[in-house]
Amino acid sequence: MAVTFTVNGRPVTSAAPEGTPLLWVLREELKLTGTKYGCGAGQCGACMVHIEGGRTFSCLTPVSSVQGKSVTTIEGLSPGRLNALQRAWLAESVPQCGYCQSGQLMSAAALLAANPRPTRAQIRDHMSTNVCRCGTYPRIMRAIERAAREG
Amino acid sequence: MTTRREFMVGVSGLTFGILLEGCAATPEARERSGASLAQTPAGGARAVNAWASLSPDGTIWIVNPAVEMGQGSQTAIPLIIAEEMDADWSRVVIVPAAPDDKVYGNPGFRGLMYTAGSATVTGYWDVARTFGAQVRRVMMENAARLWNVPLAELSTEPSTVVHAKSGRRLGYGEIAAVAQLPAVAPAIKPEELKQPGQYRLIGKDVMRVELPSKVDGRAQYSIDVQLPGMLYGAVLRGPVEGSAPLAIDDSRSRAIPGVVSIVRMPFGVGVIAETPWAAFGAKDALGVTWDRRARAFGHDSARAPALYSAAARDLTRPGKPWDSAGDAPAAMQKAAKTYESEYICDYTYHAQMEPLNSVASVSAAGDACEIWCGTQSQTMAVAAVAKALGIAPEKVKLNLMLLGGGFGRRGHRDEEFVVDSVLLSKEVKRPVKVLWTREDDVKNGRFRPLSVHYLRAGLDGAGRIVAWQHRVACDEITAFQDPVRYKGGGERDFLAMAGSELRTYDIPNRLSEQLPQQTGIRTSSLRGIGFGPNKFATEAFLDEIAVRHGLDRVDLRLQLLKDTPRGQAVVREVVAMSEYRRARPGRGLGFSFIDYSGTMLAAVAEASVDRKSGKITVHDFWLALDPGIAVQPDNVLAQTESSIIYGLGLSLTERISFKDGAVQERNLRDYGVPRLEDIPELHLKLLSTPNRPTGAGQMATPIVAPVIASAVYAASGARVRHTPFLPERVLTALG
Ligand code: FES
Ligand code: FES
Repeated sequence: MAVTFTVNGRPVTSAAPEGTPLLWVLREELKLTGTKYGCGAGQCGACMVHIEGGRTFSCLTPVSSVQGKSVTTIEGLSPGRLNALQRAWLAESVPQCGYCQSGQLMSAAALLAANPRPTRAQIRDHMSTNVCRCGTYPRIMRAIERAAREG
Repeated sequence: MTTRREFMVGVSGLTFGILLEGCAATPEARERSGASLAQTPAGGARAVNAWASLSPDGTIWIVNPAVEMGQGSQTAIPLIIAEEMDADWSRVVIVPAAPDDKVYGNPGFRGLMYTAGSATVTGYWDVARTFGAQVRRVMMENAARLWNVPLAELSTEPSTVVHAKSGRRLGYGEIAAVAQLPAVAPAIKPEELKQPGQYRLIGKDVMRVELPSKVDGRAQYSIDVQLPGMLYGAVLRGPVEGSAPLAIDDSRSRAIPGVVSIVRMPFGVGVIAETPWAAFGAKDALGVTWDRRARAFGHDSARAPALYSAAARDLTRPGKPWDSAGDAPAAMQKAAKTYESEYICDYTYHAQMEPLNSVASVSAAGDACEIWCGTQSQTMAVAAVAKALGIAPEKVKLNLMLLGGGFGRRGHRDEEFVVDSVLLSKEVKRPVKVLWTREDDVKNGRFRPLSVHYLRAGLDGAGRIVAWQHRVACDEITAFQDPVRYKGGGERDFLAMAGSELRTYDIPNRLSEQLPQQTGIRTSSLRGIGFGPNKFATEAFLDEIAVRHGLDRVDLRLQLLKDTPRGQAVVREVVAMSEYRRARPGRGLGFSFIDYSGTMLAAVAEASVDRKSGKITVHDFWLALDPGIAVQPDNVLAQTESSIIYGLGLSLTERISFKDGAVQERNLRDYGVPRLEDIPELHLKLLSTPNRPTGAGQMATPIVAPVIASAVYAASGARVRHTPFLPERVLTALG
């Protein structure tokens, strides 16, 4: 059974077997490779996307479950121009290897959407879902504070 | 058609060329304020095989020999060339070097194209500067000829030669259009290179060129490669190195829709499918019996420390000498007081964020191959692929991608994860992307070994350390990771032993030696290499000696550093910035110093210990470092933050364990990588001095374990001597 949903505002259909995680449909079928595979088990957040606006591990989301829903990936976060978070990410030189950063940004964007002026404790709590093996955590913290400040 | 003239200049066959036509930067590249990236020069059919090319429109193509895994080398090396060239950085386009050790090998890494050991800026420092200066000189000589003025009257501004007397100016592009190239490269004396005060780019923090692609999903890693007709591969490896499949039951795997082929390999079973998900499913559904001849079967990481310890402590067993000065055994005999202690470091895993993967497209005849991968050594990857296919290296085309972390995992001589894709592509005669799942990446990991360190020190009547002995019992690394280098380098296991020499410390009689343990366990360099375990052991031991002998731990280091002013400076700085002498009720302050290949670091940690649970909390962490000249200062800080956080995981939570030779951990959570909630406040101070750069990519990692051990003692009186300092170990140490 084909699944129909929207990705970054564009309607798409996938004929992948229903248990297939959304992550692999996005990456290999729809060629949206900004969303990364890190653990496949909800432990790292590299695969973070927004489904109906809420952050979700795409590695744990069967594609069949997004029928009719709207999915946003890093490519659709702020098409055409950088948003405040992305600008702050560059201003603080956050990325190192960069592999985790799509997921970090998607998590951070969900945080600011729900809570435009988070405290440090709230940022720490929310962002601890995502792993960065390069240890960019202090800069992630600074960049989120900057984005909240500079909007 | 691109036409070009090139000529050889200076050191080790460096060349640069002038691209006369058909080659201009893309409009996007021109609009940027900083340098940009390209795979090959626009419009140029041929790959750039020189270090730099100038085109008449002012574009400067600079070749980058390093790989980019987040440490910033892709920017730093071209930046150094551009500095001495006096190039306008906004007109620079960086292109990857072809895999050729003879032209692009790292002089600091035995002439290999190898990005590791924080040795990239250090290794290329002299050649990159000299080469840049030669290009600048040629530009100036041409201007002198065109204007008929003496060379001595000329100076340069970014991408421009200036004759101040007459006010005339010529851009490098304009000169390139009419330049005459000398037959022999101009000689540049070291004193003709810029002095640090003259730098326009070095020390000024330009934005890393690949950074913008890392905030919007554009950055391309090998896992992102998409090719027409590409299939997906997964490989089931045996539980230990060297085990081979005896019997394969693939009936359940073949029933999975999308499975194309199942292949017996010498070391496992490969699965090829239409989608990654089908490949993973088919791999998991395989039933394989493995032969049990491989050595690692039976290895048990819970029992091994006792065996290693026995070897390390048995002084009648000669060790393999690593470093010595004076006569340590004799001085130990004569010492007024001796101390001994033992430290253990568990196996640890890289956990680079991008699980290993690669893409290969082998020609139908099997006589040529194109690969896409993230490797720490371009030439090793090409050689490994050529060997696997039995073809010449020239028949292998490498597409080097960004690396989603390296940390030493991607630079093994056999490049096994790259060869996986080549073997499977050859089988199906189609492009194949081989993906290791995270579970594969853990299970097939190659680890920093288990090590047991037995140390003895002898002090004279004045409390001076006069004798030092360090015996390291650990699984061998270099022989496994890089047999070629191991044999060529006198069979010295530098990946395990580096850092056990204490040349900076004023200790006249020293001996460090290895008791190699042949376990058959897969081992690897890992961020900090031998410095990690060895500096933990030596600095933690010094901390114990200080306490047991009634010495101040800071004063003890200052005394040991009496001939190393740069070492003393970082010690004094960190003591001041942490207000080290101010007591923190309920908490303990730890202190440590290390010299990592010339980069000096001192750290203070403030920690508390929960006596009920044994949990350590590190609240604040201060570190001062002197890496010599910081090419990109903010990047040095970023790498230092990164190294500290990496060291925090290795110290507190991360470990790999083995039963019957097989890895017991499965994924990131049970392995224990740190998260934002786990990290202390970091306070860093970069004490850059006008000395040759000595590296920054991993230097802080090894200081973390000893400084935390020192803080735990100060906070609780518990001596933790076994990394990671798990709560149950802390409870045992609390007694
Ligand atoms: S890949 Fe989904 S959480 Fe790690
Ligand atoms: S930047 Fe490398 S894992 Fe986060």
